[in-house]
Amino acid sequence: MFGWFSRKEQSKDVAKDRLKLVLMQDRLALAPHTMEQMKDAVIMAISRFVEIDENGLEFEWKGNERKKALVASIPVRSVRRRGKAND
Amino acid sequence: MSEAIVITSGKGGVGKTTACANLGVALASLGHRVVLVDADIGLRNLDVVMGLENRIVYDLVDVVEGFCRLRQALIKDKRLDGLFLLPAAQTKDKTSVTPEQMKQLVDQLKEEHDYIVVDCPAGIEQGFKNAVAGADRALIVTTPEVAAVRDADRIIGLLEASGFENPGLIVNRIRPKMVAKGDMMDIPDIIDILAIDLMGVVPDDEYIVVSTNRGEPAALAADRSKAGEAFMNIARRVLGEEVPLLDLSEHETFWQKLLKLIKIE
Repeated sequence: MFGWFSRKEQSKDVAKDRLKLVLMQDRLALAPHTMEQMKDAVIMAISRFVEIDENGLEFEWKGNERKKALVASIPVRSVRRRGKAND
Repeated sequence: MSEAIVITSGKGGVGKTTACANLGVALASLGHRVVLVDADIGLRNLDVVMGLENRIVYDLVDVVEGFCRLRQALIKDKRLDGLFLLPAAQTKDKTSVTPEQMKQLVDQLKEEHDYIVVDCPAGIEQGFKNAVAGADRALIVTTPEVAAVRDADRIIGLLEASGFENPGLIVNRIRPKMVAKGDMMDIPDIIDILAIDLMGVVPDDEYIVVSTNRGEPAALAADRSKAGEAFMNIARRVLGEEVPLLDLSEHETFWQKLLKLIKIE
């Protein structure tokens, strides 16, 4: 009876919050197609300025469920000459 | 035109097989020719839920391997016109069938039936791939629990990746009293998280246990239980009808009202 007054958070809200966090993680790890698209876009953008080694490219998610970071390792072969960036 | 519907969930034990049996029964009782396909090879259960376990001669793997003709393996449900079951093999495993073979099988079933309802095994491996191979539409069963909703989300991702548009959601085993107390996720909560269309809500109903004990799906006597009625509504929505959600609120008895009154004061 008294528990009714002192209840802080309903358990369904706890469930919902936990689900949202876990799904954010799942969905990020789970979209290889999106990841590929993003990689291609990044390669295109960077290639305008530097020549990169596409085979050595590495993309990785780091961090925890609250804070995500995308870490990319992009080996550079050579820097393009200035004018080329405007092509 | 015929349609193949796969019933899936990711997580086991959320009521896929029960949903499958009841959807099949409901569609057949609305006058359609229906085949239920148990794609859970090695762990078949649709036969017992349907109460047809004693009539199995051949199974799905026998058909695929050419030991019998498709028609020989179909079990006719005598309770309803136009309802058939294609049982899974019990002594084989998931790898005895390929997705291509499943697709061929479903296409062949479509020639003579309006709806092919495929019961998908739990998991996301070969069994899942087989079950979805020939399907045009997917229905996902979940319960209002964190683990089940999480797995449903994973399945939705996989279904979308393999080209399914607009999978529908069935929320099973809702307990209105717990929802009212805030101790169970409600339908809008789940829809908000999964962002897919709702196909139906089935209450947690003791009658399902009784009907499974007997091998008589609840939808056979839809007027006798809320769950049976809910499955009937799902079938209507599958057919494209607009059916409002079932009112699951339970009317309080005199004693429940009295108890509440005492508690408040």
